[in-house]
Formats: sequence, structure tokens, C-alpha cells
Amino acid sequence: MTDSLPLETPAVPAAPALAIRGLAKRFGEKIAVNGISLDVPAGSFFGLVGPNGAGKTTLLSMATGLLRPEHGQVWVHGTDVWAEPLKAKRLMGVLPDGVRLFDRLTGEQLVTYAGLLRGMDRVTVAERVHDLLEAMDLTKDAGTLVVDYSAGMTKKIALASALIHAPRLLVLDEPFEAVDPVSAANIRDILAGYVANGGTVIVSSHVMDLVQRMCDHVAVVSGGSLLAAGTVDEVRGGQSLEDRFVQLVGGRTHSEGLPWLRTL
Amino acid sequence: MVAHLVRLKLTLLRNSLRRSPWQIVGIVFGALYGLSLLVLLLGALFFLSTTDPELARTAIVLAGAAAVLGWALIPVLASGVDLTLDPARFVTFAVPLPQLLAGLALGGLIGIPGVVTLLAALASAAVWRHSPAAAAAGLLTALIAVFTCVIAARVTVAASTSLASSRRFKDVTGLLAIIPLMLLGPIIGGFSSVSNAGEYLVSLSNTLSWTPLGAAWSVPGDIALGQWGTAAAKLAIAVVFLALLVWAWKVLLVRALVTPPYNAGARRKGGKLGFFGWFPATPTGAVAARALTYWIRDPRYGASLLIIPLLVVVLLFVNNTGGTVVPLLIGPLVAFLLAFGLTADVAYDNTAFALHISTGVSGFADRAGRVLACAVFAVPTVLAATVLPCVLLGETDLLPVLLGVSIGTLLSGLGLSSVVSARYTYNVPLPGENAFKTPPGSGGRTALVQSLGMLAQIVIVLPVVALAAAAVVTGSALLGWLTLAAGVVLGAVLLLAGIRIGGRWMDRRAPELLVAVTVNK
Repeated sequence: MTDSLPLETPAVPAAPALAIRGLAKRFGEKIAVNGISLDVPAGSFFGLVGPNGAGKTTLLSMATGLLRPEHGQVWVHGTDVWAEPLKAKRLMGVLPDGVRLFDRLTGEQLVTYAGLLRGMDRVTVAERVHDLLEAMDLTKDAGTLVVDYSAGMTKKIALASALIHAPRLLVLDEPFEAVDPVSAANIRDILAGYVANGGTVIVSSHVMDLVQRMCDHVAVVSGGSLLAAGTVDEVRGGQSLEDRFVQLVGGRTHSEGLPWLRTL
Repeated sequence: MVAHLVRLKLTLLRNSLRRSPWQIVGIVFGALYGLSLLVLLLGALFFLSTTDPELARTAIVLAGAAAVLGWALIPVLASGVDLTLDPARFVTFAVPLPQLLAGLALGGLIGIPGVVTLLAALASAAVWRHSPAAAAAGLLTALIAVFTCVIAARVTVAASTSLASSRRFKDVTGLLAIIPLMLLGPIIGGFSSVSNAGEYLVSLSNTLSWTPLGAAWSVPGDIALGQWGTAAAKLAIAVVFLALLVWAWKVLLVRALVTPPYNAGARRKGGKLGFFGWFPATPTGAVAARALTYWIRDPRYGASLLIIPLLVVVLLFVNNTGGTVVPLLIGPLVAFLLAFGLTADVAYDNTAFALHISTGVSGFADRAGRVLACAVFAVPTVLAATVLPCVLLGETDLLPVLLGVSIGTLLSGLGLSSVVSARYTYNVPLPGENAFKTPPGSGGRTALVQSLGMLAQIVIVLPVVALAAAAVVTGSALLGWLTLAAGVVLGAVLLLAGIRIGGRWMDRRAPELLVAVTVNK
């Protein structure tokens, strides 16, 4: 597998909010991420798209310090994530996909916990928790245990936990899954405002429409490899992002479908 | 369809073996245990076949009733022992109910307990080989009894899950159900010590043989003794009970198939931060507040706490000769159990531990916070468990010695747990699962980590114990006070060292630790 990795020594890029060089990881025989290099410009709203099982979550886990890569390096605003993890983690807010929360805490306690773990003082934490719960429309459920939340509410409270320390880079893995349209629109506004004020957001998704409308940059990942990256307009080249995505990834079947699947 | 369900169960079993070598180790241990139990049972049955039929009947009825009771109760305590064929998972498939019932019942026999019960029950018919009629009846009643076991397990599980429509209820019942079981030993012990044990068992067996628990098991013995009328009556009891069980199961299953798993509680506004307001607003304080909240709210922690007083009660019962040694050792024992309970802490977090990694909390703060939370209730508990027996038994001159051992054990144990849980995880019930569930195939690694951990605990507390032994043997008050000092000082040093080493390991290997607890799911 090492043969297929790009082996040139990367220069530490000064500008990008997130710089990924030759990240690779396999699980047993299966190569989950096969040497991906990618720059996420500071101040961009960056979409990471790919079919199910493309390696998006593995890539983002390695980029955020949750999963040790076999090869490659990651920098957040010039700080090496795996060499200086504590410094890099102060710059990042992370919403991982598929991990549990401390769900026997109330929503309010969970967000407070995230703030205090980051060493913030009590007054600031209390103010921000209040604002975040308000913004996520969770004030009325602040005292409910997270284990009793719906899937969408759980996503929102996890997002609030990722935002509390006002990071410079937000890495959100599938932030809109199971979130209702009204909340999703509110979250999009929050994120857009955050980007307008100089923050950087990376979202992974497989909803192309959403990415096309929301993001200014996009990267397409499939089978553990990077297929395309750039501004949304560059990548889609005049087509809709969805058509371009299907073209890049392939796998559309052009048969007659399921001829028996019809009602009389 | 029935064959499909049975094959599904076999496939699930085989696939679970492929996941990790530890699963295989666990299954092999389980199989060896089951096999030795079976050999033991077969040996006992062979012995019974050579003795007088009255004795054989008494023994078989008692053992059989215990088997039925075990099948009915254990899955409730460990609900999810067999969720591989959870009826809820078949909701979307239109499986006809009779076939679903038959498939699930047969599927219940697959696995070590099912196979052992089936073989032992069939073998019990051979006890009556001198009387062909009894032996033939024995085969039939063995099948009735085995299916009574399997279906009783299904009914109690279905009943408890459909009752438990709220999470809170589920949390509590799982814990409370263990109490009668733990106290069963002392209660039976109490009975058997008051009366003549042999006569008591015979009369117990006679009573049980008229209840659904023992009726089926008693039939072949009655036939062998020529009591045909009794045999027919008991057979009727057994058959009617099995039919009732099937009917109850069917009703519960139908209801379970149209009821969602549980309903959430009411919405509640915020404003109450609980322990987060108590502890200092630092990462260590936050971890302590979170951990203490979990000790109270998460039934998996509650389970480990509940075991401790029950164990003490059981110990005192066993010790009904009135010696002072056992009560005096309660303090050190409680200290050991509380401190060792902390080894499972990261495993209990499961993937929620990712929050600690992504917030970049230091390993030291993580370790120290968890220890702090445990110490909040462990220190007063251990002090009470050490001082009270001493005072009540009037052995106050032993107090410094025992306090030294208890405090030394607690502090050094907390330090040891801080190291162990930073590196060696073992399978624990998942968040939200029944607290007494043993994850399948986890036996090998859990046993290894726990026994090595306990060995290490004994080694590090040895200096204090040696001093204590010297103090008790010589009766020297000075040595007693020295034990206390040694316990406090050595314990504190080991605790700090444990937190530091564990913290450093965690700083270096947190992502690997996350992978380890993820595999546990």
C-alpha cells in the first residue's frame, strides 16, 4: 500500500485552516483512506462529499486527532495535530459522527462540561451555554437528559458542545443528519455568520443540494481517495454538483430497474 | 421459517466468533465450563440411578426446579443475554406468529446453557432405566421441562421489557431484581440451619413437585414408584403450565411488536447544573462532576455500588458462627471493591470518551477527576465500614491497624485503577444496557485484566498488610499507629504516582484507547 502513497515531503503550508498531506489508514485488509492530501483555505465553507463508506469519517477522525493515521500529517493553522495535539485541539471544534455522548447529563450539563473541559471559566461558560441553547432552540429541553433527546436534538446539542470555545476551525461530520428543516436552517445561518467573521467550517455530507447551496469549496472522496477538490464552481464545471458527483464516483446502474416493482 | 430463525441464530453466533480472538477464548472457557458442569451432572445422575428411587426423585426435582427458576430469573437480571433474537428486530418482517414463536423457542436452545440443560434433562430419563415406562415418560417430561425453561426465560424477559416502558423504570428494576437473588443463599442457609437439612429438603422437594417448577421433573420418579395417579396429575400440571407460558409469551410478543421501545420523559427546563456547581470550574473538577453524576444516574455504576452492601450482608450471614475476623475485614474489603470498580471507568464511557480527546483535556486532569468523584463517597464509606465494626465489637485497639489497611488499600487501589483504566479496557455493558449483562465472549480478557489487576493490588498493599500483621501478632500499639501512618503515606504516594503514570499513558495513547472502547461495542 505504501507504494500508492504520495511520498514527496510536504512543505508546511502557512495559510490553510486545515492542511492534510498523505493521510492513510487501513482497517485489517481494507484500506479506508488511501493517501489523501487536501488544503482547506482559511475562511472557507468547505464541503466534504462522498458515497457511504468512502472514508469521510475516517479522514476527519484522523484530521481532528481522534484516530492515529498510519501515514501522513495534518496541520491546523500551521500547528501539527499529531505533534502538538493540545495546541491544535484548542483551535478546533469537532462534531464526530457515530460516537456516543455523555448522555446521562442534561443538555445544559453536557455543553457546560465541554466548556469546562477546555479550561474556560465558569461565567463565560454559563453565558455561552445560554446563548447556544437559545440558538439551537433547546432552551425548553435544557434540563432533560440527553439520552431522552430525539436524534436531531442530540445532533444539535453535540454541535453546541463543539462551538462553545469559539474555535477557529469547525469540523462537522454529518451535522444535518436527522435535524429538522427549521433547525437546519438556523444552524446554517449560525455557520454562515461564523464563516463571515473569519471562521472556517468543514462539513461532511452526502446531500449534494445542501453542499452546493451552503459551501464555497468542496472535495469529493470515494473509495478512500480524493477525486476532486476546489471551489464548488470549479468542481461542478457547469453541471449540478449532484450530476458531477455521480459522474466522478460512478456506480449508477442503467438497467431497466426492477420491472416487478409496480402496483397493478 | 423455523429453520431460518435457527440458522440465523447459528450464523450470529459464528460471526461473533470471527470478531476477535477474545470472543473465541470466552466461548471456549464457557464451553469448558458447560462441559464440566454436564459431566458433573451426568455423574450425579448415574449415581442416582443406582440408589433408591425416592432419593433420585427428590434430587432430580430439586435440581430441575432450580434450573427452571434460573432460566426464568437470570435473563431478567442480565436482560439481553439473548437479544440476538430480540422480537423487536422482527417487527418489519411479516413472520407468522406461530412460526416466530417456534423459531425463537428452538433458537433459545442454541448456546451453552441451552445445550447443557437439554442434554442433562434427557440424560435424567436414563436414571429410570430399570423401569421402561418411567424412562419413556422421562424423555417426554424432559422435553416439556426444557421448553418450560426456555419459554419461561422468554416470558420473563418480555414481561419485564414491556413493563419497563420508561427508561427510569428500566434503570431501577434491573438493579432491584438482583437483591432477592443475592439474598437467596443466606435465606436458604438460614432455613437449613434451623431444621434437619435432609428432612427439610425432602419436604421442599415434595412441595415443589406439585408446583409448575418441579412437576415435570417428578413424573418419571412417581411412575417408577408406581404412583400412577400422582404422575398423571403432575404431568397435567406441567403441560397446562407450559401451555399457559406459551399463551402469555404470545400475548406479550404481540404487544411488544406494536409498542415502541420506550417513551421519553417530560421536557425539562435547564438551570440546574447539579454537581457541576459543586466542583471547581477546572477540567479536573468538571471530570469529577461528570463522573459523580454518572455514579448516581447510570445504573451500571449503581450496580457495582449495590453489590457491595449485599456482599457484606451475605458475608455476615455466612459468618453466623459469630467470629470477629470477618466483620473486622469488611472495611478493607469495601475499600478494595470501591477502588477496583474504577478500572472500568473508561470502558463505561464507551465512545463518549471522544469528547475528552477532542477537547484536549490532559490525562492527569482526566485521571484525577475520576478519582476525586469516587473518593467523595468512597472515603466516608470505607471509614464507616472500618470504624463501625471495630466500635460495635469493642475492638477499638485494632482501629489504627485496620484504618491503616483500609486507607492504604483505598488510596493505592485508586492509583492502580487510574493506571489500569488508562490502558487496559475490558468489555462492560454498553451505556443504557442492563447493568448486569455480561457482554458475550468477553470472559477471557475481562478475567485476565481483572485478575492481574487484583494481583497487582495485593502486591502494592503488601507492606501495609505486613506491618498490620506484625502489629496484630505482637499486640504493639506503636506498630498499630505505624500501620496507620504507612497506609496513609504509602497510599497517597501510590495514588499520586498512579494518576501521573496513568495520565501520561493517556496523553500518549488516547486515540488507541478510544479504538479499544469502540471495539467493545
